Amino acid sequence: MTDIAIDTPSRPKGWLPGVLTILFVAVYSWALLIAEEDWEVMGLIALAAAVVVLGLFTGLGNKVKASWSAHEKPLNLGALIGVLAVIFTLSDQHFPLLMLTTTLLYFLASLGLNIQFGYTGMVNFAGAAFFGAGAYTAAVFGNVEWFPPLLTLVAGGLVAMALGLLLVYPIVRTTGHYAAVVTIAFGVLFKTFLEVNEILGGPQGLMVNSMRLPGWDFNNSPTLFGMEASFYFNYAVFAAILVAVIFTFVRRMERSWLGLHMDAVRLDETAAACFGISIHRTKILAFLSGNLILGIAGALYGMMISFIAPTSFTFSDSLLMVSIVLLGGMGSPWGGAIAAAIVVLLPEKLQILQEYRFLLFAVLVMLVLLFRPDGLLPRQIRNYFPGARNGQ
Amino acid sequence: MTNSLLEFRNLTKRFGGVTALDDFSMHLNRGEILGLIGPNGSGKTTSFNLLTGIYPASGGSIFFDGEDITNKSPRKVYEAGVVRTFQRSRLCLPLSIYDNIMIGDTSRLKTGICANLLGRKAFRKQYEETFEKARSLVATFSGNLADRMMEPVGALPMIERRRIEICRALISEPRLLLLDEPSAGMTHDETDQLMTDILDVRARGEGLSIIIVEHEMGVIERITDRCVVLSYGRKIAEGSYAEVAADAEVQNAYLGVD
Ligand SMILES: Nc1ncnc2c1ncn2[C@@H]1O[C@H](COP(=O)(O)OP(=O)(O)OP(=O)(O)O)[C@@H](O)[C@H]1O
Ligand SMILES: [Mg+2]
Repeated sequence: MTDIAIDTPSRPKGWLPGVLTILFVAVYSWALLIAEEDWEVMGLIALAAAVVVLGLFTGLGNKVKASWSAHEKPLNLGALIGVLAVIFTLSDQHFPLLMLTTTLLYFLASLGLNIQFGYTGMVNFAGAAFFGAGAYTAAVFGNVEWFPPLLTLVAGGLVAMALGLLLVYPIVRTTGHYAAVVTIAFGVLFKTFLEVNEILGGPQGLMVNSMRLPGWDFNNSPTLFGMEASFYFNYAVFAAILVAVIFTFVRRMERSWLGLHMDAVRLDETAAACFGISIHRTKILAFLSGNLILGIAGALYGMMISFIAPTSFTFSDSLLMVSIVLLGGMGSPWGGAIAAAIVVLLPEKLQILQEYRFLLFAVLVMLVLLFRPDGLLPRQIRNYFPGARNGQ
Repeated sequence: MTNSLLEFRNLTKRFGGVTALDDFSMHLNRGEILGLIGPNGSGKTTSFNLLTGIYPASGGSIFFDGEDITNKSPRKVYEAGVVRTFQRSRLCLPLSIYDNIMIGDTSRLKTGICANLLGRKAFRKQYEETFEKARSLVATFSGNLADRMMEPVGALPMIERRRIEICRALISEPRLLLLDEPSAGMTHDETDQLMTDILDVRARGEGLSIIIVEHEMGVIERITDRCVVLSYGRKIAEGSYAEVAADAEVQNAYLGVD
């Protein structure tokens, strides 16, 4: 293959910047998760801001980027190990683990929305509804004695996908704002449906059985190094691995002809159609696979919090999910991770913000759209095989 | 089998009160380069849009290779082997050169979801082959661009974008290429070079036919076998460049409008 990288004089190949980033983020997340006093949290936020500014203006950020694209596979694995390490150090702390797992699951949900919105340009303002559909499915199937809980997770995804199938026809037929309105209407309808449906618990909601794998009951607190861990530990580990697996698939999708077609459809439907790309097929595939991920994330979330009600899956929650994608950067999977952490952790950590959280996010999204329209971690140009010789 | 690859029969297109194409009939012979010329707003782009299925015709029909393709979807028309460039560049600016060119080719590769997501080995092979193919096509037009396949198209000047757009059309080895003012914004020499490059690619393949819309008459004179002249949506002349250029009605149409 032709080596086109000859043109670029400096071509950092080191893995060190990547590894140091993982270490820093791991230690930082650990500190943020256990911080309790407001001044500690404020200090950590200031530190993050300082690091971001430093990274932007000293070129350190670019070093990390280059390092990551040269050694993507090992560094992604390193990131997973970093998350697992944080989970182990927090193994007996309920609340921090709950926060961390919630962040992971919102990150997962954002991966689904990212396929729809970031890649294909289909705004979905019913993300929380599909997430909720997964959770409610978990509640229903979890009560069926013989139904394997791992399949419940899949069922959650499939139900969200099936609901997406109902919606996808009007969405594909309409364009732009109208398609967005269709999803808003669905989100509102979904919540109303749950509230009046007695079988699904009405406004009071439903209990959800916990996750169980052969030989691994998530309700039991495991014993680690002689210490009893929180039962959330199970969910945290499982969620981290699940996110890693789905992340891999989303990346593969992006770096295949499917992802290319999604971009083509988002950027210019007419041109895409003139080159034989099926607009409908691409949109349906994007919407359904996004929903599959949303449903799976919701199902595990339901199992973890063990009690769900219609109020957990409102239009505001859908907006929150969309704002994660906008904040992180459209089409940027890693951006979603950072944005999910901000959206989930900030209001929990700073109780003063709790009441104003929607206001805060509205302001944050507006600021980002104004000053950094591509998001906190803008999407990189597609590289089908990072680290390969052509297309550094 | 007739000799003509493409045939318009009484093609008509109305946009509300505007009749953009009026009872337009013409044909294109196999392997021919046809110039479609006429003053601004005479319906040249509209005839491309009808042919590629972007707009439905208000009347008349289009035959490609003996088959009626009137009002077929853009996708069907592409599958029949008709590709085009656009008067106003329609590239995906945030995507790389390679991505943009592959948009012209991937739907032919017919890979399923599983092949894309699971068969990474096979996919890699396909990627490497297509990369080499795209790169060598781009190299025909510009050696400089061929070294920058992974750079975003948005960073390139307009002239380079035109070249990429032509590569995107040519990568699928089409039977008919529609060029809508390919030289717009180029200097005389650049246009000349571009035409030479297009003819180069054509000479390598088998019988690519071309319809070119162009205001630069030097280009039309140099490369076309035959010309069709439109004015207010109607065909007013047809023949070799020398013939139509000498036509009184054609001169009148150009002088009258320009
Ligand atoms: N989508 C549309 N809606 C309404 N009117 C249109 C549309 N497309 C074209 N027209 C009209 O149809 C007529 C023919 O336009 P067309 O674009 O085909 O001209 P053209 O020959 O390509 O001109 P130019 O040399 O300026 O590109 C014009 O009067 C134009 O205003
Ligand atoms: Mg035109």
